Amino acid sequence: MSKKISFTFDGKKYFGKENHSLAEALLDNGIFLLGRSFKYHRPRGLISAGSEEANAIVQLETGNITQPNVRATEITLYEGLKAKSQNHWPTLNLDIGSINDFLSRFFPAGFYYKTFMWPPKFWEKYEYFIRRAAGLGESPTEDDPDKYEHFHYHCDVLIVGGGISGLYAAELAAKANLKVLVLEQYPKLGGEINNQGKVSANKFRESDQNIIYQNIFSKLEKFDNVKIVTSTTVFAYMHNNYLLASQKTNNTKIREIIWKIRTKKVVLATGSIERPLTFHNNDRPGIMLSHSARKYANKGIDLGKNIIVFTNNDYAYEAAIDFKLINNENKVTVIDIRNNSKGDLIKEAKSIGIKILFNHIVTNTRGRKRINSIFVHKIDNETNKIIDNYGKISCDILCVSGGWSPTVHLFTQSRGKLIFRESDATFIPNESFQNEISVGACNGTYALEEILEEIDNKMSNLLSSFKIDIKNNNHPSLNKIKKIFYDKMKHLWIIPSNINFKKTKMFVDFQNDVTAKDIQLALKEGYRSIEHVKRYTTTGMATDQGKTSNINALGIISKLTDTPIHKLGTTTFRLPYTPVTFGALAGRHVKEFFDVERTTPMHQWHLDNNAKFEDVGQWKRAWYYPINNENMHQAVNREVKATRKGIGILDASTLGKIDIKGRDANEFLNRVYTNSWSKLGIGKCRYGLMLGDDGMVIDDGVTSRLGENHYVMTTTTGNAASVMSKLEDWLQTEWPELKVFLTSVTEQFATISINGPFATNLMQKLCVNFDFSYENFPHMSFKNIEIGGVNCRVMRISFTGEKCYEINIPSSYAQSLWSKCFEIGKDFNITPYGTEAMHVLRAEKGFVIVGQETDGSVTPVDLDMSWIVSKKKYDFIGKRALYRSDTVREDRKQLVGILTKDPNIVLEEGAQLVEEVSKPPMKMIGHITSSYHSPNLGRSIALALVKEGLKKKGKTIYAPMPTKTIEVEICDPVFIDPLNERLSA
Amino acid sequence: MFLINCPYCGEREQVEFSCGGEAHIERPKNPSDLTDDQWADYLFMRKNIKGVQFERWNHINGCRRWFNVARNTATDEILKVYNIGESAPSISGNNPTTPSGEPVIGSGNLSSSFEKK
Ligand SMILES: [Zn+2]
Repeated sequence: MSKKISFTFDGKKYFGKENHSLAEALLDNGIFLLGRSFKYHRPRGLISAGSEEANAIVQLETGNITQPNVRATEITLYEGLKAKSQNHWPTLNLDIGSINDFLSRFFPAGFYYKTFMWPPKFWEKYEYFIRRAAGLGESPTEDDPDKYEHFHYHCDVLIVGGGISGLYAAELAAKANLKVLVLEQYPKLGGEINNQGKVSANKFRESDQNIIYQNIFSKLEKFDNVKIVTSTTVFAYMHNNYLLASQKTNNTKIREIIWKIRTKKVVLATGSIERPLTFHNNDRPGIMLSHSARKYANKGIDLGKNIIVFTNNDYAYEAAIDFKLINNENKVTVIDIRNNSKGDLIKEAKSIGIKILFNHIVTNTRGRKRINSIFVHKIDNETNKIIDNYGKISCDILCVSGGWSPTVHLFTQSRGKLIFRESDATFIPNESFQNEISVGACNGTYALEEILEEIDNKMSNLLSSFKIDIKNNNHPSLNKIKKIFYDKMKHLWIIPSNINFKKTKMFVDFQNDVTAKDIQLALKEGYRSIEHVKRYTTTGMATDQGKTSNINALGIISKLTDTPIHKLGTTTFRLPYTPVTFGALAGRHVKEFFDVERTTPMHQWHLDNNAKFEDVGQWKRAWYYPINNENMHQAVNREVKATRKGIGILDASTLGKIDIKGRDANEFLNRVYTNSWSKLGIGKCRYGLMLGDDGMVIDDGVTSRLGENHYVMTTTTGNAASVMSKLEDWLQTEWPELKVFLTSVTEQFATISINGPFATNLMQKLCVNFDFSYENFPHMSFKNIEIGGVNCRVMRISFTGEKCYEINIPSSYAQSLWSKCFEIGKDFNITPYGTEAMHVLRAEKGFVIVGQETDGSVTPVDLDMSWIVSKKKYDFIGKRALYRSDTVREDRKQLVGILTKDPNIVLEEGAQLVEEVSKPPMKMIGHITSSYHSPNLGRSIALALVKEGLKKKGKTIYAPMPTKTIEVEICDPVFIDPLNERLSA
Repeated sequence: MFLINCPYCGEREQVEFSCGGEAHIERPKNPSDLTDDQWADYLFMRKNIKGVQFERWNHINGCRRWFNVARNTATDEILKVYNIGESAPSISGNNPTTPSGEPVIGSGNLSSSFEKK
């Protein structure tokens, strides 16, 4: 007697059995109605017992651990499990949306496409209802408290599927001393074995299977080179035998594990999925795939006494026979589309009292929340036309079987080639693209004796590539396996109906509510390619990816267009095989581990001094430093003013620094920058603009010459890595003759930028013996200065327009020097400023920021920086493009300053500029690139790119905003100190 | 995620590399002699082959060296890895026709027609 486990479904408490899935527990409690369908909100129940489940998808748990769209068939019951049905409102039993079912003629194929084609104002009205009605589960709104892990695993042979096929293949690989990993998606190994009960008509066959299984399994346990993991679904098969699997753990500390497996060989033993049949009202709760129902029944679940099996093949008789043997009182009726079958199982079925109606079909069903009866008609075997009405049969459940579809999803993900086997209308693996074999049911091989032989052959081939030669002809008790004869199946892709086809609801894709009629409509509207029909009707596009619907959809198209299936082809099976949670995919890469965070050596000081931070690439940069209750605006104003009156100090450590050495360093700079570097003396600095070969600005910065063949280049913070890569690219691939070596030293040096009229005073106090006179250390020069015993590289350059010293100090000393500056800078009101103040200060001077004033479409000429473009150099990167007809146009957008007529208005960055205000759309002539309040000027300032802007200085133009139009004047972009007097004052 | 055999480091995961586009496009030595069209051709025009394409790759999160790769873009098979400066190897193979064609095997998209058995 197994333990009782309590769980709740839709708020009501139930008890279930240990090792039952949620689906089994619900059925065991007599619950057949498990959800509402997506479009028509029709009542739905379980269709299957596995990962192909299309209907029984539930919302698992609540609050921060809730998970939508979980297949009830894949969840093992645990104490306290909470599940909720989905896609209904207000309740499962009373659902307003089911009105859609009666309005279904308004929801034809291509419904969404057609909706989007309606006038936009209509859409606003429909949107609310569509969003209300659509969608499956709900996403959690709180942070997931659970942890997820990623495993990396390397092995010789990965076996996907722990049924008989997979385990037998594993045994052979294990014997060869290979490192083997077996992954099984369900909690229990055995695959098909688990569908069978203790009693079965084909006892002889089953006992064989069980013995063989036990035999293999007991042997496998002895190998320590085999790892077997259950509850783990391989969901992706990528290049070079790289496979991903997701493991559901019972571990409360780690909810799921993603396995990232790289393996030499793959054995796919993924089994097959049973197909539904397409007939009118084939979607009621209580209509199930025959082998799924068989599995439930064999697990002791009471599905009712009155059982109908509707089939086109012999395999469904396995289920029928089991139903009868489980309880001889059960009334089992088989409705067989075929006119006869000579199969062994049919004889057996007859012998135990199962009623068989050949040449009959189910034409309709009844029962809203659970099926209660079916309607049966007789067809003509040749024409398949209805020739007689058999009448109504009441029933507790209807089992359907349209044959098997090999689970070729991973095989096609591996890019192998399928072939169409006409005898049972299946796509089976034909030619492998990767180092992989498919065995057993997923290869279209169903008979046990054939499977074992196939594995022997294929495995000995596979193992031979490891230089292992084993004779595999000793497979378990093969000679004792009794062969069973299965007769041919018959395909009727659309089961004939006694009512007008237009009025039928024959569901093909249960999850997306696509009917045979929808497919017919798509074809009528001109869709031919299977890929188009799929997208237009959305068949196969739900979370189950059409595991039960794809082949039926193909069959229907084939029938309606009179085209053989193999000519239609099939749609591509995309990964993932089953949905994977975002939590699992993210793994540990969440929150602070989401991305690398880079901090400067002075970061702790910034934290201690209440800095607000801004993300610049991966860097955390101090944005501003509010004092007391200052808001951002107040803090930035204070920082900007202090910098122009006393001393402002900036942590500029994030700037990229590239050390350039080598015989040809000078020539290299000449090639990558627009200006000439030939005459730059040692100890001098120069500003450079870097272009792409399309002539557009990609970076800027100051480069200093430290020695004869030694330079250090600075790049913008954001572009440091890409500039380094691009320079390496030129050197390695285009100019291998140049002797130049590049080394990133961004993190080796911290940069302290000291700005303001008293900057020199502070420097003098820091290094008492050094001569800071302008003559000795002028603007744009470089000195090696020992500060506090540490050798520093000091550049006298300026991005604020103030006197400025940029001290580059080895990182480990930076924080102490930074603190020292505050100690001795007190008298000059030394003020730390962040990136926002830095932006304001440079904008006051009209300095551009690459990436703000430029967007990949701006040349140096557009920036009015022709002075930096050498006319003499024969070539440099970007030179030729500056003479293209497009780049020499005079009406390009050019950099200008913008002043609002009302000095208190700060324009929005990105605001569009027009010359004439009219009704929209207006002719746009440019846009604002930077805009700030300048505390030093006591008004707003802005920079903009404006068509022919340079010619238009002094002109009034407009920035039309949604609520008002702002009048502005085009001016020079340098707002403060145009003659650069402050640099040397 | 495929594997790339870096000529300097050996076989590594694709995520360690970055692709630099079509290989064997030399920067002209005499840019100022070229017409706008010729320059645009160097700058922008790429073959974008469906099939065997010669590409530049950089082991950006490894040794940071550039090298050339012959890759079938339709199947992601890497047919050859060779050094910068070496000329393109001759690799035979039928490039599928675009836009509708798919390679016989190895495509991420299933082709529209199948053989039957
Ligand atoms: Zn490398």
